[in-house]
Amino acid sequence: MGNALTPEDIVRDGRKAPSDVAEYALRLGDDALVLAQRLGWWIARAPEIEEDIALANIALDELGHARSFLSYAGSAWGKNEDDLAYFRDEPEWRSAHIFELPNGDFAHTIVRQFAVSHFQCELYARLAASADETLAAIAAKAVKEVDYHRDHSVHWLLRLALGTEESERRTRIALDDVWPYVDELFRDDALIDALPHVAVRPSELRPSFDAAVSSVLAEAGLESSTRFTARGGGRDGIHSEHLGTLLAEMQVLARQHPGLSW
Amino acid sequence: MQPSIVPPRRAEVVALRPREATTAAVWRLVATVADPEIPVLTIEDLGVLRSVGVDGDAVTVEITPTYSACPAMDAIRDDLVSVLEANGYRNPTVRIVLAPAWTTEWMSATGRSKLESYGIAPPTGSAPAGAVPLGFGVRCPRCGSLHTRQLSRFGSTACKALYQCQRCQEPFDHFRDHR
Repeated sequence: MGNALTPEDIVRDGRKAPSDVAEYALRLGDDALVLAQRLGWWIARAPEIEEDIALANIALDELGHARSFLSYAGSAWGKNEDDLAYFRDEPEWRSAHIFELPNGDFAHTIVRQFAVSHFQCELYARLAASADETLAAIAAKAVKEVDYHRDHSVHWLLRLALGTEESERRTRIALDDVWPYVDELFRDDALIDALPHVAVRPSELRPSFDAAVSSVLAEAGLESSTRFTARGGGRDGIHSEHLGTLLAEMQVLARQHPGLSW
Repeated sequence: MQPSIVPPRRAEVVALRPREATTAAVWRLVATVADPEIPVLTIEDLGVLRSVGVDGDAVTVEITPTYSACPAMDAIRDDLVSVLEANGYRNPTVRIVLAPAWTTEWMSATGRSKLESYGIAPPTGSAPAGAVPLGFGVRCPRCGSLHTRQLSRFGSTACKALYQCQRCQEPFDHFRDHR
């Protein structure tokens, strides 16, 4: 992934991530990297060139966040960002299922962006006050970028929902398909319990997330679907069928030619 | 409820130029390194150059990325090492620091006017109006009209948005506010 931000930069003065902090950083990095890979697919395929550029820029920001989080996580285990991105198998990934959802049509991608950018915005705004300095620094930088992603998703959600009959119909379907995966983002577990003042408790983000998304959904004349809740399990390495194919495509070059660089 | 993102106030933005002669000389040298994507701006104009340290023949330069994944950082790092080595500093180290996070408030006044004459509308600043930050009008860098509109919130690099002037019709880049 290039060498702009090395593990040495992230862990200056030999600071190593404690292993449970590294596990937490791995979750955040995996969420961002899987999303970056998904969004990158839209390059040269978006409905208009401006949107092509927008989704590519958002993917690039997410990739940047992933590199920082994974570099920091890797410092605990003597690994670098590439080791973690390219040489872990599916059960070793800690991303939540919503990030690995297929892009679907443009409405599905926008609804997914709408959910995850609100989530990341709430999360990073609080993580910027983490007792862990490195996580706080990465989050303070990332929050400004995801704030812009959130604006982008809100503009599009309104435009699609209040646009043509067809765009509204597709947005409703996308909301039904994506929303069951939102719940997993807000689940606490033992790792979160073990990191008071360092990790952000996901459940504590829920009220402000709900308030923010529901005001936009109301403006769009939409309601979030509560038909069912997806099983989840991403934080424990249990993934949907979609992650495997995503990783296969992302990792194939690095695995076929270990050590390759250009 | 919006998460609170508190922008730095101008008064908090300190002048970073060192006063001590040895470090000041290194600063002047590395401050000439240009942004590879907007070559009229130096890394000092952008606020990307953060600090310079000298310890014997070892020189350390700290820079901060504009955006988390800014691809220009690689080139800037290489250029810094080249310019230092070419001037006899045999042991240069370039560090990329994330905190405090970069903001367009750090862009110098010289930087802003250079950007405008290069054809890119500089950041406008925006009014801190609670949950809804209000952006000021973006001035067309060609004809000076404020009658402009945003074509796309994203542009050719992470730091720019695409605008068009309603008077002279020219499309132009706007170096967007990032607080």
